[in-house]
Amino acid sequence: MPLKIIPDNTNIGFVRARFIAFALTIALTLGSLALLYTRGLNLGVDFVGGLTMEVEFKAPPPLDALRAKVDSLGVGTSALQEFGSPRNILIRLPLPEGEQGAVQKVVAKVQNGLKSGYGEVMFRRTESVSGKVSAELIESGIWAVLLSMAAVALFTWIRFEWYFGVSTVVALVHDVIVTLGFFALTQLEFDLNIVAAVLTIIGYSLNDKVVIDDRIRENLRKYRTMDIGPIIDLSVNETLPRTVMTSVTLLAALASMLLLGPDVIFGFTAAMMLGIVVGTYSSIFVSSSLLISLGVKSRAAPEVANAERVVRR
Amino acid sequence: MLDFPQWKVWSIAATIFFGFLFAAPNFLTEQQAASLPSWVPSKQLSLGLDLRGGSHLMLEASTDDVRKTKLETLEETVRSELRQVPGGAVAFTDMSTSGGQLSLVVTDPARIDAAVEALRKVTQPIGGLGGARDVEVTVAGDSRIVLTETDAGVAASIDNAMAQAVEVIRKRIDELGTREPTIVRQGQNRIVVQVPGLQDPAALKALLGKTAKLEFKLVDVNADAAEVAAGRAPPGSQILPMLDGGSIAVRRRAIINGDQLVDSQVSQDQNGSPAVSFRFDSTGGRRFAQATRDNVGKPFAIVLDGKVISAPNINEPILGGSGIISGSYTVATANELAILLRSGKLPVELKVVEERTVGPDLGADSIRAGTIAAIVAVLAVSLIMVTVYGRFGVYSVIALIVNVILILGVMSGAGFTLTLPGIAGLVLTIGAAVDANVLINERIREEQRKGRGVIPSVEVGFRDATRTIWDANSLNIIVAVIMFIFGSGPIKGFAVVLSIGIATSVFTAVTLVRLMASRWLFKARPSVLVI
Repeated sequence: MPLKIIPDNTNIGFVRARFIAFALTIALTLGSLALLYTRGLNLGVDFVGGLTMEVEFKAPPPLDALRAKVDSLGVGTSALQEFGSPRNILIRLPLPEGEQGAVQKVVAKVQNGLKSGYGEVMFRRTESVSGKVSAELIESGIWAVLLSMAAVALFTWIRFEWYFGVSTVVALVHDVIVTLGFFALTQLEFDLNIVAAVLTIIGYSLNDKVVIDDRIRENLRKYRTMDIGPIIDLSVNETLPRTVMTSVTLLAALASMLLLGPDVIFGFTAAMMLGIVVGTYSSIFVSSSLLISLGVKSRAAPEVANAERVVRR
Repeated sequence: MLDFPQWKVWSIAATIFFGFLFAAPNFLTEQQAASLPSWVPSKQLSLGLDLRGGSHLMLEASTDDVRKTKLETLEETVRSELRQVPGGAVAFTDMSTSGGQLSLVVTDPARIDAAVEALRKVTQPIGGLGGARDVEVTVAGDSRIVLTETDAGVAASIDNAMAQAVEVIRKRIDELGTREPTIVRQGQNRIVVQVPGLQDPAALKALLGKTAKLEFKLVDVNADAAEVAAGRAPPGSQILPMLDGGSIAVRRRAIINGDQLVDSQVSQDQNGSPAVSFRFDSTGGRRFAQATRDNVGKPFAIVLDGKVISAPNINEPILGGSGIISGSYTVATANELAILLRSGKLPVELKVVEERTVGPDLGADSIRAGTIAAIVAVLAVSLIMVTVYGRFGVYSVIALIVNVILILGVMSGAGFTLTLPGIAGLVLTIGAAVDANVLINERIREEQRKGRGVIPSVEVGFRDATRTIWDANSLNIIVAVIMFIFGSGPIKGFAVVLSIGIATSVFTAVTLVRLMASRWLFKARPSVLVI
C-alpha cells in the first residue's frame, strides 16, 4: 500500500490562522531586516572586491598563528575561515591599491610566506575581483532579482488576476528577505552563487504559489456560491499533499548535496533548503490568505467574474 | 489525453534516442570518443573551470588610453601631412592636445584652407549612415585649426584595438602551449581569458599584463644632464626612465619600432648571459640599416613599454636586419620577452580586473563530490517516489533518469559548459520533474477519491495537472532566461542547466510518463489503481 505523507481530505483552517501567520511573517521579516541592518551580510569578493585564497595545509594550522603570519606579510588585514575541513583555510584579503600586478604580488607574497612558514601547502583556489567589477556584479545581481520579481508579477497578473500578482510578490519579497536574514545571522559568505540560489528560491516558491493559485481559480469557478475563505481553505488543503511531498523530496535531494556535495556549494545548498522551507510556509499560510485581505470576494466581485473569463477562454 | 497516435510515439522515441546519442560520448573515455566515426556525435560535455581546474582572467582596457594613443598618432600624422601639403609645407605653432582635441595655429593664415584640405583627407570615414568620420576638422578664428575626435571615431578605434588585442593575446597564450584557451571579448573594452588546467596563472598574467611596445630611439646627446635629472626635456626629446635606475633623454621620434619584427628568440650576449635576439622583416631591416648607418658613433636607446632597457653605441651600421637585446635577463625573463616580441605589441594596456583560479585537485574533488551527491539525490528522490506512488512512482523514476540523460545530451551536443552551480541547477531540475509527477499523481488520487474509475481518474489527473505544470514551468523559464541575460558567471551556468532542464523535465515527466501509463492501462486494464 503506498504511503501517504499527508492524510487524505485534510481540513485545516489556514484562513482562520492567517492573523497568527501574518504576525509571524511580519516578525520574521522585521527580524531579518534588523539582522541585515545590525550584522550585515558577509559579502564575498564578488561584491566588495578583494582577494580570496583557499589553502590546504598538511595539518590543521592554529588560526591565530596563521593570522599573525599572514598579517606580518604586509598585505593588509586578513580574515581567515575554515572551509570544509580544519586543514582547508580560506584567506580573505583586501584588494591592494595601485597599479596592475599588485594582486599578483600579494598572491606571490602570501604563497611564499606560507610555504616558508608551513612547508607543504596547496593553493586550491584563488579569486580576485577589482572594485569596479564587483560593483557591476552587485548591480547585475540586483537587476536579475528585481527583474525576475517584476516578470513574475506581470505573468501572474496576465495569467491570473492582479491580486494574485500582488499576493505572490508580497510572499516572494518575504522569502527573499528571510533568506538574506539567514545569511546575516549565520554570516555565511554571500557571493554570486547565493544570488543564483535566491533566484532559484524565487522560482521554486513561485511554483508553489502558482499551483495553489491555479486551484483557487479552479474552485472559484466550481463552487460559485461558496465564500472566498472556505474556497481558499479547500484549495490549500487539496494541494497540501502535493506541496508537502514536493518540498520533502526536494529537501532530500538538497540534503544529499549539502552533506556530500563539494564544500564550494555549501552556502548555496543551505540557502536553497532554507528557501524551500520558507517558500512552502509562505505559500501555505501567507500568499493565499492574503487574497482575503486584498479584498477578493467570490462570485459577486467583478474581478472574479473577470477571472472566470480568463479561465474559460 | 491517454491516446497516443503512432506518430507521437515515434517522435517521443526519436527525441529520447537522439538525446541518448548525444549523451553517449560522455560515457566513453576521451580517446574512445575521439576515435568515433565523424557522423556519430562525439562531443563530450565541457566542464567549467570550477570543475576541471584552471584560470579565468578578465582583462580590461582603459578607453582613455585608446583615446590618448589615437591622439598621439594623430599628432604624428598631422605633422607629416602638413609637411607634404601641395605648394610647400605649412608652418604652424602652438600645437597642443587636450580633452580629445588637437589644436594648432597656422603661421600664415593664407595657407589655412590648403592645410584644412590636407588634414581632412587623412580623416577616416566610419561605416554607417551620415558619412561620419573619425576626426572632425574645424577652423576657429582665422588661423587656428582644431581636430576633434568624434565619439563614433573613438568607439571604432576601441573596437579595433580590442580586436587586435584578442589576436595578440591568442598568440601569446599559444606560445605557452596550453590546451584550448578561450579568449572572448566581453562588452566594449574587456577580454575574458580562460585557460583550463593551468594552476599557476602568474606566467599567464605576466604575459598578458605587458604591452610589449618596442622602440628604438636616438639618445639626445646634447641634453643637459642637470635638466634631464630635473625632468625637463629639450624640444623634440623626452625623458624616459632607465631600467636599471636613472633617466635619459631620447628623441621623441622612434627611428624604428617593433611592428616590423618577424622573429625573436632567446640567445646569449657576448658574455654568455641570456639575451633576446630579434630580426626585422625586409623593409624593417632596410630602415634599421639606414638608421644605423646615418647615426654611427651615436648611442641609441632600446625602449620597451616606455622604459629604456639599454642605450648602446652604434659602432657600425647594422645591415643584417637583426640584433640582440641584452640586459640583466635570466633565461625565464628572456624567454618571456622573446614571446612578447614575437607576438607583437598590444594596441592598448590591459589590466586584470577579475581572476579566478581553481587548482586541478579542487576541481577533481568538486566533480567527485558533485557526482556522488547527484547520484544520492536521485536515489533518495527515487526511493520516496516509489514508496509513495508505487507503479506510477517507478514511471517517474524512469522519466527522471531519462531526463538527466537528456540534459546531458543537450548540453554536450550544443556545447554548453557545466559548472558547479550547474550541478545545483540539475538538482533543482530533478525537483521540478518530481514536482510535475507529484502534481499528476496527487490529482489522480483526488479523482479516485471522488469515485471515478481508473482510466477516467488518470485521464483527468493528467489533464488538470498539465495545465498547472505549464503555468509553473513557463514562469520558471522566464526567471531562468532573466538569470541568463542579466546574471554573470555562476548565475549564467545555473540558468543554462535550469532552462534546458525545465524543457526536458516537462517532456519526460509529463509526456513520457503519460505514454508509459497509457501503455500499461490499455494492456493490463486494471480495475483498481493503487496510487
